Amino acid sequence: MAATQPSQKDPNSIAEIFKKMDYGPAPEADNVVQAWLQDHKRSFGHFIDNKWVIPEGRKTYETKNPSTGEVLASTIQGEKADVDLAVASACKAYETWSKTPGHVRARHLYSIARHVQKHMRLFSVLESMDNGKPFRETRDADIPTVVRHFYHHAGWAQLMDMEMRGWKSVGVVGGIVPWNFPLMLLTWKVAPALAMGNTVVLKPATYTRLSALLLAEVCAEAGLPPGVFNVVTGNGAFGSLLACHPDVDKVAFTGSTQVGQTLRRVLAGTGKKLSLELGGKSPVVVFESSDLDSAVEGIVDAIWFNQGQVCSAGSKLLVQEPVMEELVNKLKERLTHFRVGNSLQKNIDMGALVDQSQYRTVVEYVEEARREGAEVYQPSGVPQVGCFYPPTLITNVQTVSRVVQEEIFGPVLVVLPFRTAKEAIALANNTNYGLGGSVWTEKISLALEMALNIKAGTVWVNCHNMFDAAAGFGGYKESGYGRDGGKEGLFEYTRPAWEERARPEVGDIDYKTFGATLAARPTITNNSSTDITTDGVTLPSIDRTYKMYYGGAQKRPDAPYARPVMGPNGKVLAHVGEGNRKDIRNAVEVAHKAAPGWGKRAAHNRAQIVYYMAENLELRRQEVAQRICSMTGQKLEAGLQEVDLAIQRLFHWGAYCDKYGGTVQETTLYGCTVKIHEPVGVIGIACPDEYPLLGFVSLFAPAVIRGNCIVILPSEKYPLSALDLYQVFDTSDLPGGVVNIITGDRDHLTKYLTEHQDIQSVWYFGSAEGSKFVEYTSAVNVKRTWVNYGLSRNWADREQGQGEEFLYHAIQCKNIWIPMGDIFAN
Amino acid sequence: MAARNPGQEFDATWLEGVSINLPAVKRRAESLAAKRTVKKQWQAAWLLKAVTCIDLTTLAGDDTVTNVERLCYKAKYPIRQDLMKAIKMHDKDITTGAVCVYASRVADCVRALKKVGGSHIPIASVATGFPTGQVPLKTRLEEIRLAVDDGASEIDIVINRAYALSGNWKGVYDEVRLMREACGEAHMKTILATGELGSMTNVYKASLVCMMAGADFIKTSTGKEGVNATIPVALVMVRAIREYYHKTGYKVGFKPAGGIRSAKDACLWLALMKEELGDEWLQPHLFRIGASSLLTDIERQIFHFVTGRYAAAHELPMA
Repeated sequence: MAATQPSQKDPNSIAEIFKKMDYGPAPEADNVVQAWLQDHKRSFGHFIDNKWVIPEGRKTYETKNPSTGEVLASTIQGEKADVDLAVASACKAYETWSKTPGHVRARHLYSIARHVQKHMRLFSVLESMDNGKPFRETRDADIPTVVRHFYHHAGWAQLMDMEMRGWKSVGVVGGIVPWNFPLMLLTWKVAPALAMGNTVVLKPATYTRLSALLLAEVCAEAGLPPGVFNVVTGNGAFGSLLACHPDVDKVAFTGSTQVGQTLRRVLAGTGKKLSLELGGKSPVVVFESSDLDSAVEGIVDAIWFNQGQVCSAGSKLLVQEPVMEELVNKLKERLTHFRVGNSLQKNIDMGALVDQSQYRTVVEYVEEARREGAEVYQPSGVPQVGCFYPPTLITNVQTVSRVVQEEIFGPVLVVLPFRTAKEAIALANNTNYGLGGSVWTEKISLALEMALNIKAGTVWVNCHNMFDAAAGFGGYKESGYGRDGGKEGLFEYTRPAWEERARPEVGDIDYKTFGATLAARPTITNNSSTDITTDGVTLPSIDRTYKMYYGGAQKRPDAPYARPVMGPNGKVLAHVGEGNRKDIRNAVEVAHKAAPGWGKRAAHNRAQIVYYMAENLELRRQEVAQRICSMTGQKLEAGLQEVDLAIQRLFHWGAYCDKYGGTVQETTLYGCTVKIHEPVGVIGIACPDEYPLLGFVSLFAPAVIRGNCIVILPSEKYPLSALDLYQVFDTSDLPGGVVNIITGDRDHLTKYLTEHQDIQSVWYFGSAEGSKFVEYTSAVNVKRTWVNYGLSRNWADREQGQGEEFLYHAIQCKNIWIPMGDIFAN
Repeated sequence: MAARNPGQEFDATWLEGVSINLPAVKRRAESLAAKRTVKKQWQAAWLLKAVTCIDLTTLAGDDTVTNVERLCYKAKYPIRQDLMKAIKMHDKDITTGAVCVYASRVADCVRALKKVGGSHIPIASVATGFPTGQVPLKTRLEEIRLAVDDGASEIDIVINRAYALSGNWKGVYDEVRLMREACGEAHMKTILATGELGSMTNVYKASLVCMMAGADFIKTSTGKEGVNATIPVALVMVRAIREYYHKTGYKVGFKPAGGIRSAKDACLWLALMKEELGDEWLQPHLFRIGASSLLTDIERQIFHFVTGRYAAAHELPMA
């Protein structure tokens, strides 16, 4: 018998392997990485101005391989002086880089792509070692995506003059990126930033700094001019220093919602652009009409890709009741041959978590679920040494559980049943997040309806976690705003060509008291009496106290206070309602009631309504112009001109009703990636005082034509023109609740708009203080904002009054991935 | 060894709602190939396992006793004996899983295998109007009986694509049921000719129908269709095998055939079986690869494993 021969007892002998048929080790060699680390004596500083900079006296951070605990290299913890140096270098480089022709920038980006490709293996192995993620993933997903992004954005640099007409670069971009896809996510910032003519100072995450440093070195090798792309390393507070540096014009952040909120607050009122790509709790919705075996593999891609440390991880599985048990059984069976191990091994499905602290967080969540009585399924066979956590399936949980509500950022999947598609939508959207989601069904009509109803920036049909440079990635709700990738992503790194960055000088604001109190009660004297004479009899004119307008009807203010509107002579012209938080509450409520219907209404129909408004406004041309002049004291001619411009503007936006629905994205998918420009939701708008009619029309129209419902505060000083319009709305078939007008104190009402958790965006045209307040306060539920920092714009100007930026603010992008293919042979 | 699949009554409800998502299947096929590999002695051992699963095949118009006899000898001694000695596997009686020929050549195989001391190696015969099946049922059934009479212990039949494409699954079932009866003790491999079924949904349905009709193996293709053994097709078929096992408790084998030529591919196919169905499906009673040139490439890899050098073609005995 063979077993008697000592050599054949060896478990690694061919005879034994032949019997057992196990996989054995298949490690990817790490020699290229070790050599690179050795070249740098395993010690790294910042990379600034195309040079290594190692300032004296800095603390160090040792970066480790989480699979083994092995120390890879020592890096430094930067200090303020290092940020100053890097930003100064980026500022200097910006002077030439921003003026470098698009074609030349395109050549540079193309060169970077080629050089990354050239060093593909070094990048892939390094990323895998530093992060703990499988080498197979860095080789097949992370790094190819990096290369693709540089190529794709080389194209945008080339085409910027044509495709981004009316937009210009922003300045110095501060990039702050997380550790889950260290190189890929930084590329999502750097490529569009450089393509649009900005320079960058990037801070990689603490755990994973090496690939960013390598990229900086490779970019220098590729011939990128000094200072265009700089990498500095440091802790979280160091990141804030970078973000807050006065010469950083834009902060691009990917990371946790909590840090995103902090950034929003510290940058409030500074005039800096900000894009946030934050957390998620993305649903995977599996219908009984799906290919269940394929859904199982899709779920593996959704939650166990990168150890579940993916912002768009499909961590909430919703399964239709009839197939719940079958799918859960299939998943459990799938996990019996799911392999977890050292990231460089080539036959693993999952590697190590990034760090012990992350490991502890995951353990805490799962143990809490266990204590609540949830059923936790985990396969055995996870390595004991190293930062490994098993793939985990949690059943018997409900929406009230923390593991269902919160982002765990680990390989943990919760499963909940649903009965109908409607219930699935409700469960899918029952979350503060809105980054991604997937739908599994073979019914195309169901799939598309689900895709449109899931409130998230990306919806995958019968797949999950597909990314491409040509499709923007980013969130709804507390998953943030702004997009990485696609043309939609370029707007994060550009500003309207006419606009200079605002640098408002606002001191500290007491956010608690801002706008909290109202002005004193209305005047009772000083009314300008107007008499009218009919048939030789003089009569006092009928008193006109304007009401507010919401839900399609004129409404008295909640508190029966009126507010005087003064004429240029200092006399009271009329009274309007003094709105308060209850009026805002009521208006938001009716706006949400109207929103689903308005969003679904055919674009043609919306256009007809807007043209009809223009028609009805023209009928009142004289009257409306006179009202403007009665408030502002302008000559009638100017008033008429404003009315005419408002009519033109209505035509402009009416035209856009059915011409900005989205695009087909040219991703690498075999199938269709469709970008839909969805409404943002309910938008709160505070109008400027200048151009009482035109300012109002310029703001309400773009919002409304793209399917949003609005609560709008007309000019505080000259509100009557906006109130004239509600008669126009009523006669133009505008459904009730789409436009809701609340009059009163701008900052008081803005406070309640901004603090309202169910307002998705606030547009504020008022003071610098108010702008700062809006940005700061928006952080709580990460609502979008658009503020003027106290600067006025020329609303009569076409660029300033109806530019593409209005559309940018009026929509949010959703990319729907629809793979195709059924034909495989004859 | 598990009991042979007896088949069961045709149950049309199993086919209701079957819908296979091809893009998702393709993605799984890609990730499977990317996430499993074997190196060094593991690779050598796996390759030998693959050898034991090969149905070493010749199916040509010009097959005569000459090349069929050579094939049978190669089946008995698939890898050069000095190489086998070097890896201490020479005494394990490693042979291919079977030889596979046309019915007319079965008798030649019986004689040749007897001569070489390989009578324990199964002889598989294609039958039922292979490869198209476009001959009368009576003839097809008779062909099975003749092959079995001549000494074939395995019969590779083809299903009726005309029935499958017209949705007449009961018709497919009835014919295969009769073929199973005609096979008697001989094991039946049902060739779906997946490249002619038009959709993965049909592939899955055909798999279930054949298993209901008593197939011992389901087999991808004849090797003569435009598209033969691909990983996506295999995934769909092995998922059907898994479903059948869950429903009935019977294990049905799987045989990809056509286009599998490289040693690397062989390892991937083994990994597919290991992942999707488990280790038991790595054995020749549940897994076969229909191939001819594959064996040569495996022998070259073993040569390289032993010597560190790449072999010239003339150094390895041709089949």
